[in-house]
Amino acid sequence: MIEQSLKQLAAGLAAKQFSSLELTQAFLDRIEALNPALNAFISVDRAGALAQAQAADAARAAGNAGPLSGIPIAHKDIFCTEGLRTTCASKMLDNFVSPYDATVVARLKAAGTVMLGKTNCDEFAMGSTNENSYYGPAKNPWDCSRVPGGSSGGSAAAVAARLAPGVTGTDTGGSIRQPASFCGVTGLKPTYGAVSRWGMVAYASSLDQGGPLAQTAEDCAILLNAFAGFDEKDSTSAERPAEDYTRLLAQAPADPSKPLAGVRLGVPKEYFGDGLADDVRKAVEAALAEMEKLGAVRVEVSLPKTELSIPAYYVIAPAEASSNLSRFDGVRYGHRAAEYSDLMDMYCKSRAEGFGGEVKRRIMVGTYVLSHGYYDAYYLQALKLRRLIAEDFATALKQCDVLVGPVCPGTAWPLGQMADDPVRMYLADIYTVSLNLAGLPGMSVPCGFGAGGLPVGMQLIGNYFAEARLLEIAHRFQQATDFHLRAPDL
Amino acid sequence: MSLKTDDVLRIARLARLEIGAEEAVATLGKLNGIFALIERMQAVDTTGVEPLYKPQATAQRLRDDSVTESDRRDVFQAVAPQSEDGLYLVPKVIE
Repeated sequence: MIEQSLKQLAAGLAAKQFSSLELTQAFLDRIEALNPALNAFISVDRAGALAQAQAADAARAAGNAGPLSGIPIAHKDIFCTEGLRTTCASKMLDNFVSPYDATVVARLKAAGTVMLGKTNCDEFAMGSTNENSYYGPAKNPWDCSRVPGGSSGGSAAAVAARLAPGVTGTDTGGSIRQPASFCGVTGLKPTYGAVSRWGMVAYASSLDQGGPLAQTAEDCAILLNAFAGFDEKDSTSAERPAEDYTRLLAQAPADPSKPLAGVRLGVPKEYFGDGLADDVRKAVEAALAEMEKLGAVRVEVSLPKTELSIPAYYVIAPAEASSNLSRFDGVRYGHRAAEYSDLMDMYCKSRAEGFGGEVKRRIMVGTYVLSHGYYDAYYLQALKLRRLIAEDFATALKQCDVLVGPVCPGTAWPLGQMADDPVRMYLADIYTVSLNLAGLPGMSVPCGFGAGGLPVGMQLIGNYFAEARLLEIAHRFQQATDFHLRAPDL
Repeated sequence: MSLKTDDVLRIARLARLEIGAEEAVATLGKLNGIFALIERMQAVDTTGVEPLYKPQATAQRLRDDSVTESDRRDVFQAVAPQSEDGLYLVPKVIE
Protein backbone atom coordinates (compact mmCIF):
# COMPACT_ATOMS: atom_id res chain seq x y z
CA MET A 1 0.00 0.00 0.00
CA ILE A 2 2.96 2.34 0.43
CA GLU A 3 3.10 2.73 -3.36
CA GLN A 4 -0.31 4.39 -3.45
CA SER A 5 -0.97 8.08 -3.76
CA LEU A 6 -2.21 10.03 -0.78
CA LYS A 7 -5.66 10.17 -2.31
CA GLN A 8 -5.76 6.41 -2.78
CA LEU A 9 -4.56 5.85 0.78
CA ALA A 10 -7.28 8.17 2.09
CA ALA A 11 -9.84 6.16 0.13
CA GLY A 12 -8.41 2.93 1.54
CA LEU A 13 -8.72 4.25 5.08
CA ALA A 14 -12.25 5.46 4.42
CA ALA A 15 -13.22 2.05 3.02
CA LYS A 16 -11.55 0.38 6.04
CA GLN A 17 -9.27 -1.68 3.77
CA PHE A 18 -6.55 -0.98 6.33
CA SER A 19 -6.23 1.03 9.50
CA SER A 20 -4.11 4.10 10.05
CA LEU A 21 -2.09 2.04 12.53
CA GLU A 22 -1.28 -0.55 9.84
CA LEU A 23 -0.49 2.14 7.32
CA THR A 24 1.69 4.10 9.73
CA GLN A 25 3.50 0.95 10.77
CA ALA A 26 4.21 0.15 7.12
CA PHE A 27 5.75 3.56 6.50
CA LEU A 28 7.74 3.46 9.75
CA ASP A 29 9.12 0.04 8.79
CA ARG A 30 10.07 1.30 5.36
CA ILE A 31 11.77 4.36 6.87
CA GLU A 32 13.68 2.10 9.24
CA ALA A 33 14.82 -0.06 6.34
CA LEU A 34 15.72 2.67 3.86
CA ASN A 35 16.61 5.78 5.82
CA PRO A 36 20.11 4.63 6.79
CA ALA A 37 21.00 4.73 3.08
CA LEU A 38 18.87 7.74 2.07
CA ASN A 39 19.19 9.98 5.15
CA ALA A 40 15.90 11.61 4.19
CA PHE A 41 14.80 11.96 7.81
CA ILE A 42 16.59 13.78 10.61
CA SER A 43 14.10 12.66 13.26
CA VAL A 44 11.58 9.82 13.22
CA ASP A 45 8.86 9.84 15.87
CA ARG A 46 7.77 6.21 15.98
CA ALA A 47 5.93 6.35 19.30
CA GLY A 48 4.23 9.64 18.52
CA ALA A 49 3.19 8.49 15.05
CA LEU A 50 1.70 5.23 16.34
CA ALA A 51 -0.24 7.09 19.03
CA GLN A 52 -1.58 9.58 16.46
CA ALA A 53 -2.53 6.67 14.18
CA GLN A 54 -4.46 5.01 16.98
CA ALA A 55 -6.22 8.28 17.73
CA ALA A 56 -7.12 8.65 14.04
CA ASP A 57 -8.51 5.11 13.95
CA ALA A 58 -10.56 5.84 17.07
CA ALA A 59 -11.86 9.08 15.52
CA ARG A 60 -12.87 7.16 12.40
CA ALA A 61 -14.62 4.48 14.46
CA ALA A 62 -16.53 7.28 16.20
CA GLY A 63 -17.54 8.74 12.85
CA ASN A 64 -15.31 11.81 13.18
CA ALA A 65 -12.88 11.25 10.32
CA GLY A 66 -11.97 13.98 7.85
CA PRO A 67 -10.41 13.50 4.41
CA LEU A 68 -6.86 13.39 5.82
CA SER A 69 -7.55 11.47 9.03
CA GLY A 70 -4.90 8.87 9.65
CA ILE A 71 -2.72 9.82 6.67
CA PRO A 72 0.99 9.65 7.54
CA ILE A 73 2.98 12.72 6.53
CA ALA A 74 6.27 14.35 7.46
CA HIS A 75 7.49 17.91 7.85
CA LYS A 76 10.63 19.56 6.62
CA ASP A 77 12.76 20.16 9.70
CA ILE A 78 12.23 23.90 9.31
CA PHE A 79 8.67 23.79 10.65
CA CYS A 80 8.40 24.02 14.43
CA THR A 81 6.83 20.95 16.02
CA GLU A 82 5.95 20.97 19.67
CA GLY A 83 7.63 18.12 21.49
CA LEU A 84 9.77 16.88 18.58
CA ARG A 85 13.06 18.66 17.93
CA THR A 86 13.32 21.21 15.14
CA THR A 87 16.93 21.40 14.03
CA CYS A 88 16.82 23.32 10.72
CA ALA A 89 19.61 20.82 9.89
CA SER A 90 21.93 23.01 11.96
CA LYS A 91 24.24 22.32 14.86
CA MET A 92 22.85 25.61 16.19
CA LEU A 93 19.48 23.95 16.88
CA ASP A 94 20.62 20.35 17.41
CA ASN A 95 18.79 20.17 20.74
CA PHE A 96 16.02 22.68 20.10
CA VAL A 97 12.50 21.50 20.92
CA SER A 98 9.95 24.12 19.97
CA PRO A 99 7.38 25.12 22.61
CA TYR A 100 4.72 25.42 19.90
CA ASP A 101 3.58 24.10 16.51
CA ALA A 102 3.91 26.06 13.29
CA THR A 103 0.51 26.98 11.82
CA VAL A 104 1.07 24.52 8.95
CA VAL A 105 1.86 21.77 11.46
CA ALA A 106 -1.08 22.65 13.71
CA ARG A 107 -3.52 22.64 10.77
CA LEU A 108 -2.33 19.27 9.46
CA LYS A 109 -2.49 17.90 13.00
CA ALA A 110 -6.05 19.21 13.38
CA ALA A 111 -6.90 17.51 10.09
CA GLY A 112 -5.97 14.20 11.72
CA THR A 113 -2.71 13.49 9.90
CA VAL A 114 -0.02 11.37 11.50
CA MET A 115 3.46 12.90 11.70
CA LEU A 116 6.15 10.32 10.94
CA GLY A 117 9.04 12.68 11.57
CA LYS A 118 11.10 15.57 10.28
CA THR A 119 12.90 15.56 6.95
CA ASN A 120 16.45 16.52 6.11
CA CYS A 121 17.29 19.77 4.31
CA ASP A 122 20.06 22.27 3.77
CA GLU A 123 20.93 24.18 6.94
CA PHE A 124 18.29 26.87 7.49
CA ALA A 125 17.06 26.04 3.96
CA MET A 126 20.19 27.54 2.38
CA GLY A 127 21.36 25.38 -0.47
CA SER A 128 20.41 23.51 -3.61
CA THR A 129 21.80 20.05 -2.79
CA ASN A 130 20.94 19.14 0.83
CA GLU A 131 24.71 18.85 1.35
CA ASN A 132 24.69 21.80 3.77
CA SER A 133 23.08 19.69 6.47
CA TYR A 134 24.72 19.16 9.87
CA TYR A 135 23.32 15.62 9.66
CA GLY A 136 24.90 14.81 6.31
CA PRO A 137 23.27 14.95 2.89
CA ALA A 138 20.05 13.18 1.98
CA LYS A 139 20.59 10.97 -1.08
CA ASN A 140 18.67 10.84 -4.32
CA PRO A 141 16.61 7.61 -4.30
CA TRP A 142 17.08 7.27 -8.07
CA ASP A 143 20.86 7.16 -7.61
CA CYS A 144 22.30 7.30 -4.11
CA SER A 145 25.55 8.78 -5.39
CA ARG A 146 23.66 11.91 -6.43
CA VAL A 147 22.10 14.83 -4.60
CA PRO A 148 18.32 14.92 -4.09
CA GLY A 149 18.36 18.68 -4.68
CA GLY A 150 17.69 21.26 -2.05
CA SER A 151 16.93 22.71 0.19
CA SER A 152 13.89 20.42 0.75
CA GLY A 153 15.97 17.41 -0.37
CA GLY A 154 14.83 15.08 2.40
CA SER A 155 11.17 15.90 1.70
CA ALA A 156 11.51 15.10 -2.02
CA ALA A 157 13.60 11.98 -1.37
CA ALA A 158 11.03 10.75 1.17
CA VAL A 159 8.16 11.04 -1.33
CA ALA A 160 10.22 9.49 -4.16
CA ALA A 161 11.28 6.54 -1.97
CA ARG A 162 7.69 6.14 -0.76
CA LEU A 163 8.68 6.81 2.84
CA ALA A 164 5.69 9.15 3.12
CA PRO A 165 2.85 9.96 0.71
CA GLY A 166 3.08 13.70 1.34
CA VAL A 167 5.67 15.96 2.95
CA THR A 168 5.88 19.69 3.56
CA GLY A 169 8.70 21.78 2.19
CA THR A 170 9.67 25.41 1.96
CA ASP A 171 10.73 27.35 -1.11
CA THR A 172 12.76 30.57 -0.91
CA GLY A 173 14.52 30.33 -4.28
CA GLY A 174 13.42 26.96 -5.64
CA SER A 175 13.72 24.75 -2.56
CA ILE A 176 10.50 22.82 -3.23
CA ARG A 177 10.56 22.79 -7.05
CA GLN A 178 14.20 21.86 -7.65
CA PRO A 179 14.33 18.81 -5.34
CA ALA A 180 10.90 17.74 -6.63
CA SER A 181 12.38 17.87 -10.12
CA PHE A 182 15.54 15.96 -9.13
CA CYS A 183 13.55 13.23 -7.34
CA GLY A 184 10.66 12.88 -9.80
CA VAL A 185 7.87 14.03 -7.48
CA THR A 186 5.29 16.81 -7.68
CA GLY A 187 5.91 19.98 -5.68
CA LEU A 188 4.10 23.28 -5.33
CA LYS A 189 5.43 26.61 -4.17
CA PRO A 190 2.33 28.71 -3.46
CA THR A 191 1.90 32.46 -3.93
CA TYR A 192 3.70 34.50 -1.29
CA GLY A 193 1.17 34.95 1.51
CA ALA A 194 -0.97 31.90 0.67
CA VAL A 195 0.58 29.69 3.35
CA SER A 196 1.32 30.91 6.86
CA ARG A 197 4.96 31.40 7.74
CA TRP A 198 4.24 31.35 11.47
CA GLY A 199 6.50 28.81 13.13
CA MET A 200 8.43 28.22 9.92
CA VAL A 201 11.98 29.20 10.85
CA ALA A 202 12.78 32.25 8.73
CA TYR A 203 15.50 32.36 6.10
CA ALA A 204 14.42 35.28 3.87
CA SER A 205 11.03 36.51 5.00
CA SER A 206 9.91 38.27 1.82
CA LEU A 207 10.67 35.14 -0.24
CA ASP A 208 9.95 32.13 2.03
CA GLN A 209 6.84 30.11 1.35
CA GLY A 210 5.76 26.66 2.54
CA GLY A 211 4.16 24.11 0.26
CA PRO A 212 3.48 20.41 -0.38
CA LEU A 213 5.47 17.67 -2.10
CA ALA A 214 3.64 14.49 -3.07
CA GLN A 215 3.30 11.96 -5.88
CA THR A 216 0.58 13.84 -7.75
CA ALA A 217 -0.83 17.31 -8.31
CA GLU A 218 -4.09 16.07 -6.85
CA ASP A 219 -2.32 15.07 -3.62
CA CYS A 220 -0.69 18.49 -3.46
CA ALA A 221 -4.13 20.09 -3.79
CA ILE A 222 -5.54 17.95 -1.00
CA LEU A 223 -2.65 18.84 1.30
CA LEU A 224 -2.83 22.52 0.42
CA ASN A 225 -6.52 22.51 1.32
CA ALA A 226 -5.53 21.45 4.82
CA PHE A 227 -2.80 23.99 5.54
CA ALA A 228 -3.13 27.05 3.29
CA GLY A 229 -5.25 30.09 4.09
CA PHE A 230 -5.25 33.25 6.14
CA ASP A 231 -3.46 33.20 9.49
CA GLU A 232 -3.62 36.24 11.71
CA LYS A 233 -0.34 35.19 13.34
CA ASP A 234 1.57 35.91 10.12
CA SER A 235 1.51 39.61 9.29
CA THR A 236 2.17 38.87 5.60
CA SER A 237 -0.57 36.24 5.33
CA ALA A 238 -3.02 37.10 2.53
CA GLU A 239 -6.52 37.92 3.75
CA ARG A 240 -8.53 35.87 1.30
CA PRO A 241 -11.49 33.55 1.65
CA ALA A 242 -10.66 29.85 2.07
CA GLU A 243 -10.28 28.05 -1.25
CA ASP A 244 -10.86 24.49 -2.41
CA TYR A 245 -7.74 23.76 -4.44
CA THR A 246 -9.22 20.52 -5.81
CA ARG A 247 -12.29 22.21 -7.29
CA LEU A 248 -11.03 22.49 -10.87
CA LEU A 249 -9.53 18.99 -10.84
CA ALA A 250 -12.92 17.44 -10.17
CA GLN A 251 -14.59 19.06 -13.18
CA ALA A 252 -14.88 16.89 -16.27
CA PRO A 253 -13.44 18.61 -19.35
CA ALA A 254 -15.95 19.46 -22.11
CA ASP A 255 -13.97 17.37 -24.58
CA PRO A 256 -12.28 14.45 -22.77
CA SER A 257 -9.71 14.08 -25.54
CA LYS A 258 -8.74 17.78 -25.22
CA PRO A 259 -8.70 18.48 -21.47
CA LEU A 260 -6.34 21.42 -21.98
CA ALA A 261 -8.39 22.95 -24.82
CA GLY A 262 -7.66 26.65 -25.14
CA VAL A 263 -5.00 26.76 -22.41
CA ARG A 264 -2.26 29.15 -23.52
CA LEU A 265 1.21 27.92 -22.51
CA GLY A 266 3.72 30.75 -22.35
CA VAL A 267 7.19 29.51 -23.20
CA PRO A 268 9.86 31.99 -22.03
CA LYS A 269 12.65 31.92 -24.59
CA GLU A 270 15.23 32.74 -21.89
CA TYR A 271 14.43 29.40 -20.21
CA PHE A 272 15.62 27.46 -23.26
CA GLY A 273 18.98 29.13 -23.77
CA ASP A 274 22.52 27.75 -24.02
CA GLY A 275 22.85 26.65 -20.38
CA LEU A 276 20.05 24.09 -20.64
CA ALA A 277 21.13 20.44 -20.78
CA ASP A 278 19.98 18.54 -23.88
CA ASP A 279 18.20 15.79 -21.95
CA VAL A 280 16.21 18.31 -19.90
CA ARG A 281 15.35 20.32 -23.00
CA LYS A 282 14.14 17.18 -24.74
CA ALA A 283 11.93 16.10 -21.84
CA VAL A 284 10.37 19.56 -21.39
CA GLU A 285 9.82 19.94 -25.15
CA ALA A 286 8.14 16.53 -25.21
CA ALA A 287 5.91 17.60 -22.32
CA LEU A 288 4.97 20.79 -24.18
CA ALA A 289 4.11 18.70 -27.24
CA GLU A 290 1.99 16.40 -25.07
CA MET A 291 0.12 19.37 -23.64
CA GLU A 292 -0.47 20.71 -27.16
CA LYS A 293 -1.87 17.30 -28.05
CA LEU A 294 -4.24 17.75 -25.12
CA GLY A 295 -5.49 20.99 -26.64
CA ALA A 296 -3.15 23.62 -25.26
CA VAL A 297 -1.68 26.37 -27.43
CA ARG A 298 1.95 27.42 -27.30
CA VAL A 299 2.84 31.13 -27.06
CA GLU A 300 6.40 32.44 -27.14
CA VAL A 301 7.05 34.96 -24.38
CA SER A 302 10.08 36.72 -22.95
CA LEU A 303 11.41 37.23 -19.43
CA PRO A 304 14.37 39.46 -20.32
CA LYS A 305 15.78 39.87 -16.79
CA THR A 306 16.06 36.12 -16.13
CA GLU A 307 19.86 36.10 -15.80
CA LEU A 308 19.83 39.09 -13.47
CA SER A 309 17.45 37.37 -11.09
CA ILE A 310 20.39 35.36 -9.71
CA PRO A 311 22.50 38.31 -8.52
CA ALA A 312 19.35 40.10 -7.29
CA TYR A 313 18.30 37.03 -5.34
CA TYR A 314 21.77 36.46 -3.90
CA VAL A 315 21.69 39.99 -2.49
CA ILE A 316 18.12 40.08 -1.16
CA ALA A 317 18.02 36.58 0.36
CA PRO A 318 21.34 36.92 2.24
CA ALA A 319 20.39 40.43 3.38
CA GLU A 320 17.20 39.12 4.93
CA ALA A 321 19.03 36.04 6.25
CA SER A 322 21.67 38.12 8.01
CA SER A 323 18.89 39.97 9.79
CA ASN A 324 16.76 36.90 10.56
CA LEU A 325 19.63 34.78 11.81
CA SER A 326 20.85 37.47 14.20
CA ARG A 327 18.37 35.92 16.65
CA PHE A 328 20.72 32.98 17.14
CA ASP A 329 22.99 34.50 19.75
CA GLY A 330 23.28 31.73 22.32
CA VAL A 331 20.97 33.50 24.78
CA ARG A 332 17.34 32.43 24.33
CA TYR A 333 17.77 29.14 22.47
CA GLY A 334 20.24 27.21 20.41
CA HIS A 335 23.92 26.49 20.75
CA ARG A 336 26.07 28.40 23.24
CA ALA A 337 29.86 28.03 23.17
CA ALA A 338 31.36 26.28 26.18
CA GLU A 339 33.99 28.92 26.82
CA TYR A 340 34.06 32.67 26.22
CA SER A 341 35.57 35.77 27.74
CA ASP A 342 32.67 38.23 27.55
CA LEU A 343 29.26 38.77 25.93
CA MET A 344 30.63 39.73 22.53
CA ASP A 345 32.96 36.75 22.58
CA MET A 346 30.02 34.51 23.52
CA TYR A 347 27.98 35.76 20.54
CA CYS A 348 30.86 35.36 18.09
CA LYS A 349 31.98 31.93 19.29
CA SER A 350 28.44 30.50 19.64
CA ARG A 351 27.55 31.60 16.12
CA ALA A 352 30.86 30.50 14.61
CA GLU A 353 30.46 27.05 16.16
CA GLY A 354 26.72 26.71 15.53
CA PHE A 355 26.50 27.72 11.85
CA GLY A 356 27.92 25.82 8.89
CA GLY A 357 29.98 27.31 6.06
CA GLU A 358 27.24 28.25 3.59
CA VAL A 359 25.08 29.87 6.28
CA LYS A 360 28.04 31.92 7.48
CA ARG A 361 28.81 32.98 3.91
CA ARG A 362 25.24 34.17 3.33
CA ILE A 363 25.17 36.00 6.65
CA MET A 364 28.40 37.75 5.70
CA VAL A 365 27.19 38.66 2.20
CA GLY A 366 23.98 40.00 3.73
CA THR A 367 25.80 41.94 6.41
CA TYR A 368 27.99 43.55 3.77
CA VAL A 369 25.24 44.55 1.33
CA LEU A 370 23.29 46.15 4.18
CA SER A 371 26.27 47.98 5.63
CA HIS A 372 26.87 51.70 5.41
CA GLY A 373 28.20 52.77 2.03
CA TYR A 374 27.08 49.64 0.19
CA TYR A 375 23.34 49.61 0.85
CA ASP A 376 22.38 51.67 -2.22
CA ALA A 377 24.75 49.95 -4.64
CA TYR A 378 23.72 46.43 -3.68
CA TYR A 379 20.58 46.07 -1.61
CA LEU A 380 18.61 48.91 -3.18
CA GLN A 381 19.76 48.03 -6.68
CA ALA A 382 18.61 44.44 -6.11
CA LEU A 383 15.19 45.63 -4.93
CA LYS A 384 14.81 47.82 -8.02
CA LEU A 385 15.70 44.86 -10.22
CA ARG A 386 13.17 42.87 -8.26
CA ARG A 387 10.44 45.24 -9.41
CA LEU A 388 11.59 44.97 -13.04
CA ILE A 389 11.57 41.16 -12.74
CA ALA A 390 8.04 41.19 -11.29
CA GLU A 391 6.92 43.50 -14.13
CA ASP A 392 8.41 41.13 -16.72
CA PHE A 393 6.29 38.32 -15.29
CA ALA A 394 3.18 40.52 -15.33
CA THR A 395 3.74 41.29 -19.01
CA ALA A 396 4.36 37.64 -19.90
CA LEU A 397 1.34 36.40 -17.94
CA LYS A 398 -0.91 38.77 -19.89
CA GLN A 399 -0.13 36.75 -23.00
CA CYS A 400 -0.80 33.30 -21.56
CA ASP A 401 -2.48 31.31 -18.78
CA VAL A 402 0.62 29.65 -17.45
CA LEU A 403 4.35 29.78 -18.10
CA VAL A 404 6.09 26.50 -18.87
CA GLY A 405 9.79 25.71 -18.76
CA PRO A 406 12.42 23.60 -17.06
CA VAL A 407 12.94 23.74 -13.27
CA CYS A 408 16.70 23.35 -13.39
CA PRO A 409 19.23 23.44 -16.26
CA GLY A 410 20.24 19.83 -15.52
CA THR A 411 19.29 16.67 -13.67
CA ALA A 412 20.59 15.65 -10.22
CA TRP A 413 24.35 16.00 -10.10
CA PRO A 414 26.83 13.80 -8.17
CA LEU A 415 27.29 14.43 -4.46
CA GLY A 416 30.24 16.70 -3.85
CA GLN A 417 30.38 18.10 -7.38
CA MET A 418 29.48 21.67 -6.42
CA ALA A 419 30.07 21.48 -2.69
CA ASP A 420 33.04 23.83 -2.82
CA ASP A 421 31.80 26.15 -5.54
CA PRO A 422 28.90 28.28 -4.30
CA VAL A 423 28.75 30.46 -7.41
CA ARG A 424 28.34 27.48 -9.71
CA MET A 425 25.58 26.19 -7.46
CA TYR A 426 23.84 29.59 -7.40
CA LEU A 427 23.85 29.72 -11.21
CA ALA A 428 21.84 26.47 -11.33
CA ASP A 429 18.95 28.35 -9.65
CA ILE A 430 18.36 30.42 -12.78
CA TYR A 431 14.80 29.23 -13.53
CA THR A 432 13.50 29.23 -9.98
CA VAL A 433 14.64 32.31 -8.01
CA SER A 434 12.86 34.92 -10.12
CA LEU A 435 9.47 33.53 -9.13
CA ASN A 436 10.19 34.04 -5.45
CA LEU A 437 11.33 37.59 -6.13
CA ALA A 438 7.97 38.24 -7.80
CA GLY A 439 6.02 36.16 -5.23
CA LEU A 440 4.31 34.00 -7.87
CA PRO A 441 3.22 30.36 -7.48
CA GLY A 442 5.07 27.60 -9.30
CA MET A 443 5.15 23.85 -9.58
CA SER A 444 7.51 21.10 -10.56
CA VAL A 445 5.76 18.29 -12.39
CA PRO A 446 7.56 15.07 -13.42
CA CYS A 447 7.82 15.16 -17.21
CA GLY A 448 10.35 12.56 -18.23
CA PHE A 449 13.77 11.08 -17.63
CA GLY A 450 17.17 12.27 -18.79
CA ALA A 451 20.57 10.66 -19.13
CA GLY A 452 21.10 7.82 -16.67
CA GLY A 453 17.37 7.51 -16.05
CA LEU A 454 17.30 10.59 -13.80
CA PRO A 455 13.98 12.41 -13.40
CA VAL A 456 13.25 15.72 -15.12
CA GLY A 457 10.72 18.22 -13.81
CA MET A 458 8.70 20.70 -15.82
CA GLN A 459 8.00 24.02 -14.17
CA LEU A 460 4.56 25.59 -14.35
CA ILE A 461 4.28 29.22 -13.24
CA GLY A 462 0.93 30.90 -12.68
CA ASN A 463 -0.41 34.29 -11.76
CA TYR A 464 -0.87 35.38 -8.15
CA PHE A 465 -3.19 32.99 -6.27
CA ALA A 466 -3.72 30.85 -9.38
CA GLU A 467 -2.72 27.64 -7.57
CA ALA A 468 -6.00 25.90 -8.40
CA ARG A 469 -5.42 26.55 -12.10
CA LEU A 470 -1.80 25.35 -11.94
CA LEU A 471 -2.88 22.21 -10.12
CA GLU A 472 -5.60 21.58 -12.69
CA ILE A 473 -3.20 21.85 -15.62
CA ALA A 474 -0.69 19.60 -13.86
CA HIS A 475 -3.47 17.12 -13.07
CA ARG A 476 -4.63 16.96 -16.71
CA PHE A 477 -1.03 16.36 -17.76
CA GLN A 478 -0.66 13.62 -15.16
CA GLN A 479 -3.85 11.94 -16.31
CA ALA A 480 -2.28 11.61 -19.75
CA THR A 481 1.24 10.61 -18.62
CA ASP A 482 2.76 8.24 -16.07
CA PHE A 483 6.08 9.90 -15.15
CA HIS A 484 4.74 10.81 -11.70
CA LEU A 485 3.82 7.16 -11.02
CA ARG A 486 7.29 5.80 -11.59
CA ALA A 487 9.36 5.06 -8.53
CA PRO A 488 13.00 4.08 -8.09
CA ASP A 489 13.90 0.45 -7.34
CA LEU A 490 14.91 0.33 -3.70
CA MET B 1 35.18 45.48 -6.50
CA SER B 2 37.39 43.06 -4.64
CA LEU B 3 37.43 42.47 -0.90
CA LYS B 4 40.62 42.15 1.12
CA THR B 5 41.25 39.97 4.15
CA ASP B 6 40.74 42.97 6.43
CA ASP B 7 37.27 43.47 4.92
CA VAL B 8 36.39 39.86 5.67
CA LEU B 9 37.49 40.27 9.28
CA ARG B 10 35.42 43.44 9.57
CA ILE B 11 32.30 41.86 8.05
CA ALA B 12 32.67 38.82 10.30
CA ARG B 13 32.89 41.11 13.30
CA LEU B 14 29.75 43.00 12.19
CA ALA B 15 28.00 39.65 11.69
CA ARG B 16 29.12 38.44 15.13
CA LEU B 17 31.03 35.49 13.71
CA GLU B 18 34.42 34.54 15.07
CA ILE B 19 36.79 33.83 12.22
CA GLY B 20 40.38 32.64 12.26
CA ALA B 21 43.08 34.01 9.94
CA GLU B 22 43.16 30.85 7.83
CA GLU B 23 39.38 30.69 7.53
CA ALA B 24 39.31 34.38 6.57
CA VAL B 25 41.58 33.70 3.61
CA ALA B 26 39.44 30.79 2.41
CA THR B 27 36.29 32.87 2.90
CA LEU B 28 37.81 35.77 0.99
CA GLY B 29 38.06 33.76 -2.23
CA LYS B 30 34.48 32.53 -1.99
CA LEU B 31 33.04 35.95 -1.13
CA ASN B 32 34.90 37.58 -4.00
CA GLY B 33 33.45 34.97 -6.35
CA ILE B 34 29.96 35.73 -5.04
CA PHE B 35 30.45 39.49 -5.34
CA ALA B 36 31.72 39.12 -8.89
CA LEU B 37 28.36 37.48 -9.64
CA ILE B 38 26.47 40.18 -7.76
CA GLU B 39 28.31 42.93 -9.68
CA ARG B 40 26.39 41.90 -12.82
CA MET B 41 23.44 43.86 -11.45
CA GLN B 42 25.27 47.11 -12.03
CA ALA B 43 24.84 46.70 -15.80
CA VAL B 44 21.17 47.71 -15.50
CA ASP B 45 20.12 51.34 -15.32
CA THR B 46 17.43 51.41 -12.63
CA THR B 47 17.08 55.19 -12.43
CA GLY B 48 13.55 56.05 -11.43
CA VAL B 49 12.58 52.47 -10.55
CA GLU B 50 10.93 52.09 -7.14
CA PRO B 51 12.44 49.33 -4.99
CA LEU B 52 10.16 46.34 -4.35
CA TYR B 53 10.62 45.21 -0.75
CA LYS B 54 8.09 42.40 -0.82
CA PRO B 55 5.79 40.81 -3.40
CA GLN B 56 2.51 42.62 -4.09
CA ALA B 57 3.47 45.29 -1.58
CA THR B 58 0.37 45.93 0.49
CA ALA B 59 -0.12 47.91 3.68
CA GLN B 60 1.01 46.15 6.83
CA ARG B 61 -1.93 44.62 8.62
CA LEU B 62 -2.28 45.73 12.25
CA ARG B 63 -3.87 43.68 14.97
CA ASP B 64 -5.98 44.93 17.83
CA ASP B 65 -4.00 46.22 20.77
CA SER B 66 -5.10 43.51 23.15
CA VAL B 67 -3.48 40.62 25.01
CA THR B 68 -3.72 37.41 23.02
CA GLU B 69 -0.93 35.26 24.48
CA SER B 70 -0.91 33.50 27.80
CA ASP B 71 2.12 33.45 30.11
CA ARG B 72 4.38 30.62 28.94
CA ARG B 73 7.65 31.99 30.23
CA ASP B 74 8.78 28.74 31.83
CA VAL B 75 8.21 26.78 28.65
CA PHE B 76 10.12 29.30 26.57
CA GLN B 77 12.99 29.50 29.03
CA ALA B 78 13.26 25.73 29.22
CA VAL B 79 15.06 25.83 25.83
CA ALA B 80 17.48 28.58 26.86
CA PRO B 81 21.14 27.62 27.32
CA GLN B 82 21.14 29.27 30.76
CA SER B 83 18.29 30.79 32.74
CA GLU B 84 17.50 31.32 36.39
CA ASP B 85 14.53 32.79 38.30
CA GLY B 86 12.84 33.75 35.06
CA LEU B 87 15.91 35.54 33.73
CA TYR B 88 18.20 34.71 30.81
CA LEU B 89 21.79 34.52 32.01
CA VAL B 90 24.58 36.12 29.98
CA PRO B 91 28.17 37.06 30.84
CA LYS B 92 28.52 40.17 32.97
CA VAL B 93 28.16 43.32 30.83
CA ILE B 94 28.39 46.07 33.48
CA GLU B 95 31.34 46.18 35.85
